[in-house]
Amino acid sequence: MSVDLQTVKRVAHLARIAVSEEDAERMTGELNAILGFVEQLNEVDVSGVEPMTSVTPMEMKKRQDVVTDGNKPADIVANAPATEENFFLVPKVVE
Amino acid sequence: MSDLTHLTISEARAKLRGKEITAAEITEAYLAAIERANPVLNAYVTVTADKARDMAKNSDAKLAKGEGGALEGIPLGIKDLFATEGIHTQACSHVLDGFKPRYESTVTANLWADGAVMLGKLNMDEFAMGSSNETSYYGPVINPWRRSRVDTVVMPTTHQGDGGFVSAGGTKTQRTLDNAQLVPGGSSGGSASSVAAFLCAGATATDTGGSIRQPAAFTGTVGIKPTYGRCSRWGIVAFASSLDQAGPIARDVRDAAILLKSMASVDPKDTTSVDRPVPDYEAAIGKPIKGMKVGIPKEYRVDGMPEDIEALWQKGIAWLKDAGAEIVDISLPHTKYALPAYYIVAPAEASSNLARYDGVRYGLRVPGKDIIDMYEKTRAAGFGREVKRRIMIGTYVLSAGYYDAYYLQAQKVRTLIKRDFENVFAAGVDVILTPATPSAAFGIADEDMASDPVKMYLNDIFTVTVNMAGLPGISVPAGLDGKGLPLGLQLIGRPFDEETLFQTAHVIEQAAGKFQPEKWW
Repeated sequence: MSVDLQTVKRVAHLARIAVSEEDAERMTGELNAILGFVEQLNEVDVSGVEPMTSVTPMEMKKRQDVVTDGNKPADIVANAPATEENFFLVPKVVE
Repeated sequence: MSDLTHLTISEARAKLRGKEITAAEITEAYLAAIERANPVLNAYVTVTADKARDMAKNSDAKLAKGEGGALEGIPLGIKDLFATEGIHTQACSHVLDGFKPRYESTVTANLWADGAVMLGKLNMDEFAMGSSNETSYYGPVINPWRRSRVDTVVMPTTHQGDGGFVSAGGTKTQRTLDNAQLVPGGSSGGSASSVAAFLCAGATATDTGGSIRQPAAFTGTVGIKPTYGRCSRWGIVAFASSLDQAGPIARDVRDAAILLKSMASVDPKDTTSVDRPVPDYEAAIGKPIKGMKVGIPKEYRVDGMPEDIEALWQKGIAWLKDAGAEIVDISLPHTKYALPAYYIVAPAEASSNLARYDGVRYGLRVPGKDIIDMYEKTRAAGFGREVKRRIMIGTYVLSAGYYDAYYLQAQKVRTLIKRDFENVFAAGVDVILTPATPSAAFGIADEDMASDPVKMYLNDIFTVTVNMAGLPGISVPAGLDGKGLPLGLQLIGRPFDEETLFQTAHVIEQAAGKFQPEKWW
């Protein structure tokens, strides 16, 4: 499988990365090189093989459903580029 | 006084406890070394001199009372991927511009609890994506090792030397260092370079496809990626969550064992952290390997592998045999599919993990006409080329209609890769010996690598299988190639059997000796 310029632009938009025409053209070549490389996986017979979901067999740890953290809004917004009264500020979303 | 920066961790530990030296002295020695070398090697992106001095002072107070922890007063470098409270933590990416976390990663918290001193944050490939440390926003790290040419010079029959020694002529060999700058490997290039150049006693690192073991091999240092789940991932900037593991880079096997003991823990904050006590890894060092079964996988003999590496592998086999190990040929048939499967699984997980860099909660924000435009501009400006490439691949293979063909297929192949190892271990093999890398360190801005991303990816061909199967792997220096560059051997063990790796790596280290670069920086 290979990707064309339109697909690269669509994927870039899905990934929320602005790309110039030039970027998209370069990426098309690079992505096709990588997709060409991974193509060899198709020759592996995987009939009856379960996909890996956990690399070490372990039971998901559970804990008591109680509050163990919190009450630190100032810490949470401390690194945000724009805040007001412990809220994150973003461009207007709803008209 | 001899150079304190040249002490191993175990030597420094003994001298600190014996009050022969102080933590303040050894810390100052490292800070001075960093000040001199860093403008050339670019291993540190931030030096925390004041914090280091404060921590050293506290350590000296504890040592004076005989209360020092396992790493009391030992100065370490920390890869920029680990969250360090109030200190530069950017995964060497522009997108995390100015980020100073309000919390400490579990691994670094463990180190400080044991008394270690933080010297600063180490350079790395952006988000740990790279094999040469050239994708860092802060520029490449330089390897302290350089190629050298060996010439045979004819000695004149003359008087020479202080003792009036008369040379009878003949020949001697003379090594001349080449000026070309080499990469230290990646992604933990700053960790490897700083350990090899004596800019820290040891360093933290992380390994998703080979990022501890490949740079360790390129710099003549020891690096271990423990079993998945051994070190907590809490507070480590995520790349590919099912593959990422932290581990140390150190100057010898014993130091690596000492560091891993402190870094590893059982952590309720990481659901993949395993509930097993951390053993005393150092105790495994020096135990005989007589009767141990060492597997040699035929699939690791790849086309175009330099003769030096094949020769080194044979030497490694001979050393282990001499020490009483039983050598057996084994087969890991799905080896060649590990790298392609990795380049689906890792980018897929990365594209999800890196979705959080949106210009809202931390780091860089580039304004746009609406919120989507702001996201797109921020991420375009904040991520470097390699990171964008991997996010794009990951987004593509997870997108509607392609999931089964790529991601599901890769996860099935991953099951087969793991099964290969399980079969070999079930047949009684204790440890597997392979080369660590398919080449020695290469040049900065290598044209072959730059023109084809897949060529760069091939660096991880021997290491990536271990991440795919979640196993522990150690890279130990085993010799120099014809150009005087270090080469490493890799040992792969059973899950949570890091002790066998330290035990066996020590046998190789004893036979091969230790290697350090000639100082030019």
